[in-house]
Amino acid sequence: MSDAELLTLSAILAAMVRAATPLVFAALGELVTERAGVLNLGIEGMMLIGAVAAFAVAHADGGILLSIAAGAAAGMAIAALFAVLALGLRANQVACGLALSLFGVGLSAFLGKGLIGTPIEALPALPLPGLSRIPVIGKALFDHDILVYLSVLAAPAIHLFLFRSRAGLILRAVGENHDAAHAIGYAVLRVRLLAVLFGGAMAGLGGAYLSLTYTPMWVENMAAGRGWIALALVVFATWRPARALLGAYLFGGVTILQLHAQNWGVGVPSQILAMLPYVATIVVLVAISRDESKIKLNAPACLGKVFHSGR
Amino acid sequence: MRLEARLEPSRAMMVAAPLLAVAATLAAGGLLFAALGFDPLAALFTFFVSPLGDLTGVSEWLLKATPLALIAIGLALGFRGNVWNIGAEGQLTMGAVAAGGTALALYEASGFWVLPLVLTAGVLGGAAYAALPAVLRTRFHANEILTSLMLNYVAILVLAWLVHGPWRSPEGYNFPETRMFTDAALLPALIEGTRLHVGALFVPVVALVVWAVLSRSFLGFQIKVIGLTPAAGSYAGFSPNRVIWFSLLVGGGLAGLAGAMEVCGPIGQLVPSVSPGYGYTAIIAAFLGRSHPLGIVLAALLLALTYLGGDAAQIALAVPLAVIQVFQGMILFFLLAADVLIRYRVRFSARVQTGGTR
Amino acid sequence: MTSTPADLSASPTPRLALRGIVKQYPGCRANDGIDLVVMPGECHALLGENGAGKSTLVKIVAGVLQADEGEILWEGAPVRIGSPAAARTLGIGMVFQHFSLFDSMTVAENVALGVDWRGAMADLSRRVAEVSARYGLALDPARRVCDLSVGERQRVEIVRSLLQDPKLLIMDEPTSVLTPQEIESLFAVLRRLTAEGRSILYISHKLAEIRTLCERATVLRGGRVSGTCDPREETAASLARMMIGTDLAPPVRAAAPRVGEPRLVLDRLSLTSETPFSTALDAVSLTVSAGEIVGIAGVAGNGQAELLSALSGEALVAVPEAIRIDGVAAGHLGPRRRRALGMGFVPEERLGRGAVPEMSLADNVLLSAHRAAGMVRGGMIRFSRAKGFAERVIDAFHVAAAGPRAVARSLSGGNLQKFIVGREIMQNPRLLVVAQPTWGVDAGSAAAIHRDLIALADAGTAVLVVSQDLDELFAICDRIAVICQGRLSPSRPVRAATVEEIGLLMGGVFHLEETSHAS
Repeated sequence: MSDAELLTLSAILAAMVRAATPLVFAALGELVTERAGVLNLGIEGMMLIGAVAAFAVAHADGGILLSIAAGAAAGMAIAALFAVLALGLRANQVACGLALSLFGVGLSAFLGKGLIGTPIEALPALPLPGLSRIPVIGKALFDHDILVYLSVLAAPAIHLFLFRSRAGLILRAVGENHDAAHAIGYAVLRVRLLAVLFGGAMAGLGGAYLSLTYTPMWVENMAAGRGWIALALVVFATWRPARALLGAYLFGGVTILQLHAQNWGVGVPSQILAMLPYVATIVVLVAISRDESKIKLNAPACLGKVFHSGR
Repeated sequence: MRLEARLEPSRAMMVAAPLLAVAATLAAGGLLFAALGFDPLAALFTFFVSPLGDLTGVSEWLLKATPLALIAIGLALGFRGNVWNIGAEGQLTMGAVAAGGTALALYEASGFWVLPLVLTAGVLGGAAYAALPAVLRTRFHANEILTSLMLNYVAILVLAWLVHGPWRSPEGYNFPETRMFTDAALLPALIEGTRLHVGALFVPVVALVVWAVLSRSFLGFQIKVIGLTPAAGSYAGFSPNRVIWFSLLVGGGLAGLAGAMEVCGPIGQLVPSVSPGYGYTAIIAAFLGRSHPLGIVLAALLLALTYLGGDAAQIALAVPLAVIQVFQGMILFFLLAADVLIRYRVRFSARVQTGGTR
Repeated sequence: MTSTPADLSASPTPRLALRGIVKQYPGCRANDGIDLVVMPGECHALLGENGAGKSTLVKIVAGVLQADEGEILWEGAPVRIGSPAAARTLGIGMVFQHFSLFDSMTVAENVALGVDWRGAMADLSRRVAEVSARYGLALDPARRVCDLSVGERQRVEIVRSLLQDPKLLIMDEPTSVLTPQEIESLFAVLRRLTAEGRSILYISHKLAEIRTLCERATVLRGGRVSGTCDPREETAASLARMMIGTDLAPPVRAAAPRVGEPRLVLDRLSLTSETPFSTALDAVSLTVSAGEIVGIAGVAGNGQAELLSALSGEALVAVPEAIRIDGVAAGHLGPRRRRALGMGFVPEERLGRGAVPEMSLADNVLLSAHRAAGMVRGGMIRFSRAKGFAERVIDAFHVAAAGPRAVARSLSGGNLQKFIVGREIMQNPRLLVVAQPTWGVDAGSAAAIHRDLIALADAGTAVLVVSQDLDELFAICDRIAVICQGRLSPSRPVRAATVEEIGLLMGGVFHLEETSHAS
């Protein structure tokens, strides 16, 4: 390959990482929520709220850390709304999640009206010393902003938490059999509340990445289905963090390839190419769901079920 | 405060919860407007009352309620049976595409048969598109929430491709739109001088038929059993796949009809966006209407009003149009919260615990 | 009726004393002023019918529920047990009947969750091994719970409790899922625990085992104490009277049933297991003829659920001839077509399979009886006919319900079971398959259901009963077979069978040669 080609390759890989990052955040957050037995279909809404909040703070010159924190906090706040309904008032989780997504789309658009078309500076890249100088790979993988590194570190951290810590054991126990966990004396609803809030914060971070770095600007409905793709990724990952990371990168790849295919002048209309991530989601979902026992074996047994403490 | 389980769900609360939710939404909306610096009562008046001031307003209201009611009635069939079709927006779009394609193919034709054919194509287009999540669920166990939702994005891209590409109007100065349909393919007006078309008459007919199916037929009984208690349905020998297919095809067909009526009614051609989110709002209408056809018609009227109110508020108060979705989302949130009263009694003493076994 | 707390002033301090415990639920007073005293080293039975308030009371002691009124004394001092963790700190351990293991997790993880363990997993595994060895409760800490037998699962629960070094161990119906031989070894462990000075609160409604194991008993009825006694000095009949309040006549099966033509023939019925949690059926053969009651005994989780779904038609069988109903190959037919052949079916879960909890009794009639009495015509339901059918079932089977409009969930377990059994019987089945006919049902309803099944068989219906309750099977069946790990033993006449023999079969010893090795 020529130098120019290597540069392109490096740029494509870097773009892939960027496209994957919001999905990594959202999917890992939802994975923890679902491991605690709660199905929150509101990721799309939480991402959008996170995106608009982070962008608003950045736009008001709030600084990097504050913008990021605002995204996480906003996602968490709106997730708390879900928690009140689905956990506190024992409403149907599917309905509450849908409500959250529909509401999040509207509210973010409402709040973000004045922010449209005003660009901000993207989060600065923090090239990792040494590693970023490696030819091709260095530029592609080790020359990103803080959120990208954070998202990649989150996967092993969540793995350690879930499978090596006592708190993670309790969280999984609550998702596996809430009646037993309650009988032994664990506060099922408190564990679930924390898991939902964590999921909200992660979705908010995913949204913040979109508006702070990926675009970087505020566009109505900019999550464009990523929240739903993240949901599918959790199933694809069979509720395992490492596989969620892998899945997100796969989707980042698909997204970037279709964008580049448009640039390379492949003889396919851009709208058809743009369908690829959505179609790929369906294909992946079908592939993993085909074997029913695989899902049964890995899904948290109490996923989506309402917990009645009296029983 | 404690929640105490009722022995039987409260019928009174079934009716009262949506009313409570609407009242809470009005209150919260008033607060929202006050926070934006408006007089809350005047703003609410602008939003909910002023749009209905004249015949045009009323006709526009019914025009917007029509697709909402049709789609929501179809979705409700599925929700009763625990089939979560979130893809009505896509099914509506594909209905519009099929109807539009037929109308364009019959561009030279005239005659009374053109319009029925075009509408039928819309129904079939929506139903065929809903068949995709049905087959993925029944054959491959893929969750219909995710598949039907992904297909929404795909459908909108299909429509975008068609109006940008092969179906673009030759005399349209490169705008992404098709030719205007001929009169033979357009729905006649119901009230002269307004945009309200005869398609609105489908609503009472569909509501009545679906009501009969749900509450009088054995098929409706099977849907309810499978929705409430899948194991009991399996014990009785009812086929869950049949319920999935039935509710998705009917839901998709009705969404397709709604899409066809939009492009053969107020729009008159295919454009990149044929729906302001009717497919999503209809989900709220189905919940708010208790999955009961009559309730849904009322809910659709209320939600249609939020579209008009949003327009009016944008003009009069210069608030973003997204206020529509904010109101719709609030209604659903408050409804889900109010629903707790159906199954639980709220007690303010700490003495009595929530129900359980001995 | 010997002792009250006041009499004990001279004796050593009770380990646990309850005074006037009250627990109110909406619509019922589950515990209504209960007194109870457990001494150190004592195995104390808590006896009572389903619904007498036993589970509520022990959940209060274990900290899962809080009493509305009353006092708990622990080793003489008043205490408040606010949570299961608080109970464990005091030295109260509980072995639950259901709901306290996590299927997809390992034994070690399950134990860790129950013992507030903060150290390393390896240390915990070693402690598990120590305790297992000491009490002869063999366990492999690395295995997943879903791969364990029911008996092994109970061992996990016991070991988990013993790791806390409890002074009081609560056992909730521990033998309902065990073979007679497993029960013997459990009793050996329990005797050893009391010899170490630990107290045991033993909940059961099985009178025979209480008489062999416990030295004192408190009997509950309708949320109150109906008596305390030394069960060794009582007869089963006198204990039953304390428990139920009246004498119940045992069901009487005619000496020799008039057996007619075969109505159900299972011919090498096999079914592969769908999930890792289920058991495959391996060449199950059995014939049930008109006029007889055949029982299938077995420990839960040995293929009963799979056999029942193959019989009901919820799981279809590859070979149609493997199931013949009235001579017709039916393995490939779904539930509705099997009902058309004259089969009735009463599933194990009343609420949530046999009936839709939120629907009225009239609607629940439609679930299985929609063919009968022209309830459905032209695809439309004739609600008056369904209502009439429900009324007839309520009358004929003495179901205590507000009427055909009452929702299924509002009925007590016994009344709902009578309704479901009645619904099937009223359709005049040629063959009736019943799972766990009296599981969790009060004694009065249980006796009524037994009488109804016997009357049905006497009238010429073939009846197949699948149950874990050996007493029940011995009381009403003519022949009995045992299912173990998906295989069915040959059936034998009940008169010629002994509990020990059936117990060995339940443990998987199908041939006499193996018996000598096993025992």
